[in-house]
Amino acid sequence: MLGLINRSIQCFVRDYHGPETWDRVVDRARSPVTDFEAMLQYDDALTEELIGATAAILDIPRETLLEDLGAHLVADPHRQTVRRLLRFGGETYQNFLLSLDDLPERARLAVPELDMPELRVHEFTDTNFAVECRFAIPGFGWVLMGLLRAMADDYGALVTLDHAEFRGGGRVRINLVEADFAEGRGFALGDGPAFRESRR
Amino acid sequence: MIQSIQVLDAFCPFHVLLSPTGHIVQAGRTIHKITQPVTILGKRFLEVFEITRPKSVLSVHDLCALDGRLLSLRLRQRPKSSFKGIAFTFEDGMVALNLSFGISVIEAVGDYSLSAGDFSPTDLTIEMLYLVEAKSLAMTESQHLNLRLRHAMIAAEEQAYTDTLTGLKNRRALDHVLQRNIASGKPFAVMHMDLDYFKRINDTHGHAAGDFVLQAAADAMLSETRETDLIARVGGDEFVILLAGRTSNDVADRLGTRLIRRIEAPICYKGTSMKISASIGFAMSSEVTPLTAETLADAADKALYAAKRAGRGRVCALSGVPPETLDP
Repeated sequence: MLGLINRSIQCFVRDYHGPETWDRVVDRARSPVTDFEAMLQYDDALTEELIGATAAILDIPRETLLEDLGAHLVADPHRQTVRRLLRFGGETYQNFLLSLDDLPERARLAVPELDMPELRVHEFTDTNFAVECRFAIPGFGWVLMGLLRAMADDYGALVTLDHAEFRGGGRVRINLVEADFAEGRGFALGDGPAFRESRR
Repeated sequence: MIQSIQVLDAFCPFHVLLSPTGHIVQAGRTIHKITQPVTILGKRFLEVFEITRPKSVLSVHDLCALDGRLLSLRLRQRPKSSFKGIAFTFEDGMVALNLSFGISVIEAVGDYSLSAGDFSPTDLTIEMLYLVEAKSLAMTESQHLNLRLRHAMIAAEEQAYTDTLTGLKNRRALDHVLQRNIASGKPFAVMHMDLDYFKRINDTHGHAAGDFVLQAAADAMLSETRETDLIARVGGDEFVILLAGRTSNDVADRLGTRLIRRIEAPICYKGTSMKISASIGFAMSSEVTPLTAETLADAADKALYAAKRAGRGRVCALSGVPPETLDP
């Protein structure tokens, strides 16, 4: 699996719980590496070990950890990368949700080696959606839930979410209470790193 | 005709519709956004846009002759963005043009604060902008990784060539540099140095003391040699110094003697004073034929044994070895 995932676990633990806690996680997971490289490949089993070790050391249930990781991917104060790339999916939260069907393909356009979960979106009404996901990491639906919640904040939408096991993966139900509940975070197409380069 | 106009509005946010006299009667929402606060309705098209290719277009009549052809245009007002365009002339003389940014869309998006809604839902622009951003991020990440890998490689190489205890180079480094010197054809020289009475230190005072003594000897070697010389620890108490450039027997003798005096200075460790000495054998690359790593090492070793046989604590050059002791 691409180190991107392990790297985001590392950043999450370091950012919120300090480098000493991360060292303890590395120890407990018997990881051969302390500093993960986003673009290198690592053993799938190692990711599992890291998640288990982190949950144990932070003393939180695995589901809670996975949800926090999902939120952190989007809401990370240091890095806007994931958040921006997801926002390309739609101008409104609804359009963003509908674009999740294409997300695996879009991600592979950027990084062909990236393993992505299978995602399927169902639109029941214009305020009721469900997203099913399946991935090598068990419980990945919780990551998705954290991510969808953080994206709702990003768009300024008010939502309620819930998660259930579904066909070997997870299923997140989204109820869009109010699309324009809050300001949200701005998103300008012209704000990305590539564009800033072209300005020089 | 009315239906055509409606389709334009629905499908092409970058369209412009001209009267037969060349005045703008309708424009897509994004054209309005780009030209604001200026109102373009009623203006002559060629007042608002300049057609840069083909150069022959000076009036709306010229435009009609170019139906279906690729046009290059430029907005006359700042920031004078470039456009691609295509024209279509209706039977009644009205002209419709559809415009797009082309590769300059990346800049334009920032210039005009465009968002997804400013493009047609079927337009691939958003996909392209996403791709540009995602690839740029992946590229940056890869470049950083390359840099990190390079640093790690250099560090690993350093480590592979270093004797951990003394910080001197090791045999691997010596072999490498020796080959390089031999291949270059330039003159150089080697000193083989063995520490005298070192084993006694280990036996009497323990290995920690022995290690300390080795480090002190290494420091002595480093302080007496130049940047361009290579010092390698090749055995427990065996060292090789590779001297760059032409070195005469006299110079080698003086250097070796200085080194030995330094090494003979009492070494104090945890309240105990210890003394060692050193024997040195010296050989020049010009003295050995054929010149290989092995023949040169043999020559320096002969000189070293001669130094030991003569009583230790001294330098002996290859040329100074008594003939009868040179083995067949």
